[in-house]
Amino acid sequence: MKQQIVISGLGGQGVLFVSKILGEAALARGLSVLMSETHGMAQRGGNVISHVKVMDRQGEKDQGDVAMDPAWQVSPLIRPGHAHVLLALHEEGVRAHGHFLSPDGALVCNRISPTGPGDVDATGIARKLGNLLAANLVLLGFAAASGVLFCSMDDLRQVLMRLGGPRRDANLAALEAGSAAAIGDA
Amino acid sequence: MTERKILLGNEAMAHGLLEAGCTLAASYPGTPASEIVGTLAAFKRSGTIAMHVEWSINEKVALETALASSYAGRRSAAAMKQVGLNVAADPFMSAAYTGVTGGLVVIVADDPGPHSSQTEQDTRQFAMFAKVPVLDPMSPAHARDLLLTAFDLSEDYQIPVLFRPTTRVCHARQDMPLRPFRQDAPLAQFEKDPARWAATPKFRFLLHKKLNEKLDAIGRDPRLQPVQLNPGASAEKGGGVIVASGAVCAHTAEVLKDLGLWQSIPLYDAPMPFPLSEDFLTGLLDNAPRILVLEETQPVMEAQFRDRAKVLGRLSGHVPREGELLPETVERIVRAFAGLPQAEASQGANAPGRRPTLCPGCAHRAAFFAIRKVFPRGIYPGDIGCYTLGLNLGAVDTVLCMGASISQAAGFYHAFRDSGQNSRPIVATIGDSTFYHAGIPALINAVIQGCRFVVVVLDNTTTAMTGHQPTPAEGRSLDGRTVPRVRIEDLARACGVRHVSVGDPYDFQAFTDLLKAAREHTRDPENGGMAVVIARRPCLMDRKQAQPARRPAPRINDKCQGCGFCITHFECPALVFHGKEEAVTVDDALCTGCGVCIHVCPHSAIEMAPQP
Ligand code: SF4
Ligand code: SF4
Repeated sequence: MKQQIVISGLGGQGVLFVSKILGEAALARGLSVLMSETHGMAQRGGNVISHVKVMDRQGEKDQGDVAMDPAWQVSPLIRPGHAHVLLALHEEGVRAHGHFLSPDGALVCNRISPTGPGDVDATGIARKLGNLLAANLVLLGFAAASGVLFCSMDDLRQVLMRLGGPRRDANLAALEAGSAAAIGDA
Repeated sequence: MTERKILLGNEAMAHGLLEAGCTLAASYPGTPASEIVGTLAAFKRSGTIAMHVEWSINEKVALETALASSYAGRRSAAAMKQVGLNVAADPFMSAAYTGVTGGLVVIVADDPGPHSSQTEQDTRQFAMFAKVPVLDPMSPAHARDLLLTAFDLSEDYQIPVLFRPTTRVCHARQDMPLRPFRQDAPLAQFEKDPARWAATPKFRFLLHKKLNEKLDAIGRDPRLQPVQLNPGASAEKGGGVIVASGAVCAHTAEVLKDLGLWQSIPLYDAPMPFPLSEDFLTGLLDNAPRILVLEETQPVMEAQFRDRAKVLGRLSGHVPREGELLPETVERIVRAFAGLPQAEASQGANAPGRRPTLCPGCAHRAAFFAIRKVFPRGIYPGDIGCYTLGLNLGAVDTVLCMGASISQAAGFYHAFRDSGQNSRPIVATIGDSTFYHAGIPALINAVIQGCRFVVVVLDNTTTAMTGHQPTPAEGRSLDGRTVPRVRIEDLARACGVRHVSVGDPYDFQAFTDLLKAAREHTRDPENGGMAVVIARRPCLMDRKQAQPARRPAPRINDKCQGCGFCITHFECPALVFHGKEEAVTVDDALCTGCGVCIHVCPHSAIEMAPQP
């Protein structure tokens, strides 16, 4: 297993979008991914969690007995105490999902008043950009520039470029702003 | 190199259906199954597939439609969540007897936990009950592949095949190579055979006999025998083997590898947990000292062992009898099984977490607040959808199953009236999609039994909870054809309701007046009866519907005393409580400017911001 990342937030904060970007970044690097996400009732304003597992590609096997392929023999969930990184889009996520983090894992948290090195006021930065909904990308940029992720800022930029869409530039700006906050802190 | 794509389990299953040459897919949305046909619907809208795809009115209709298409020799599928199969149980049980011609796969997604369901029922047990084979995929990619086998199996034995993924397969994402879709569907053909397709009880007995024979043969089918995932492993003296199926098998493989047990505990995956072959079961009983069975959520494989003296599982008390088998739970069970010490008790969550709530600005919240205001002593039978969350507002007292709000309201009505207590008003709330699904017969019944209560249809013109699938009010099929619109107000009148009104809950005063008028109708001794109020306002989260421009957030003026009334009785997530005597604030990142909270504050402390 290369990296296990838990992304925590509230429904509507864009937890799924962050995990999608991480998944695409892994794919672009020739890695494989297995992720789990929250749907249904809990998405309505409840605590939402995504599990992202990034691993080396297990061959290109696409024929034959699928169950025998080691790629199928991985749990889609991260066990408590096994996450290398916890991305908390809301500080409540630390209380709700902090137990997933391994003792030597990295916590990256969106906090109004940062208290530790992994903290950043992503919502404040997003508000300044006039794009409140992009706090998730600010946090992601911050995490990437802090060097705790399996992928680089450049990987993430390329994913956003490829995804395109009407929000592309705003998303990129948020990602860069998060990265700048990390480098400025260093 | 083939293109690789990350697919959600449900998307992977949609691909599987297309790769198998399935020609019809029918479904009623329900978490965790919704995106299977959702994915096909998106393909259909973009004109890229020939398959007939439909959001049916309910699961029973979906299954019957798919079944007849398979009678006509074409591969067909129905998809639903586990409780959806309860609705479709009638055709399903019977279809096992009639069998099929073209392959028929019924995908039923289970929700151990449960995360978004009323029960943790195990559809594999439903397969035993109906005597049909059931497949249990481990992961998204496994599900896609296994669907191809499912169709072959269905056609080879002319039997419907159940396909049972769990939430952890449906809502996992995994990268996999894309494969071409099969295009060579046969023409429809229907051979009349009344002894089979319209069997009377005498012939049903013969069909039952045939079904039993099919099942015996299927159990032995080499394509779906349990496989040992770690062929190098052999049980140590006195050690044991594990038999697992579905996502639990994936958890188990990972745990065995992590604990260094991959070489010493043979792990069998059973892609078809029912029927298990007698050879496999007796083989294990003869050779393995102990057998641990890991499965969700009921003891289906475990129960197929005739002698359970050395079988550990749910029946023996070694596996919890309820709840999801999370990987950490599997780790605990495997450690105990292997005689390893338990890991340091891993800390659970430090906080219970937030409970789900209606979105900021959701019109349901306004409707519920109005209901409580007009019927303060009411009994509020509720129903299944986003609006179940009216619970938080004290405006939902019962939630049972799809459509039950209206029939339960009728039951309450009879109970109170027959015991001489006419005073409790009863207000049922039901969403538009749920009303179409199962509310109509209940409404007719209430009318013909002479009930008098109010039904509020919370009409957001979509199926919001499951991802905004269209309703019959849309007037358009998935392939873009214009079809007749079926409107709730017309249906309500056709059900015999004489008092039907439509209003917008944002228009709070007018909507409250509609509720009052409905209340008067239920009380009118001369011409009164059932009343239906349709609360109509598009779901804010539905990108397909025209949304009014977002208005600025309201202001909190200095009359706010921090009493918390708006928080406890209205619970808009955009209103932030800072403790007694502190003024609440409005979170402008969440507020949609709906303005309903202005009517909520008893101190008139919330006021509209001036238009910019
Ligand atoms: S998704 Fe729509 S219907 Fe559901 S709570 Fe949100 S606004 Fe209301
Ligand atoms: S106007 Fe009031 S009720 Fe509407 S979203 Fe904003 S805070 Fe919530």
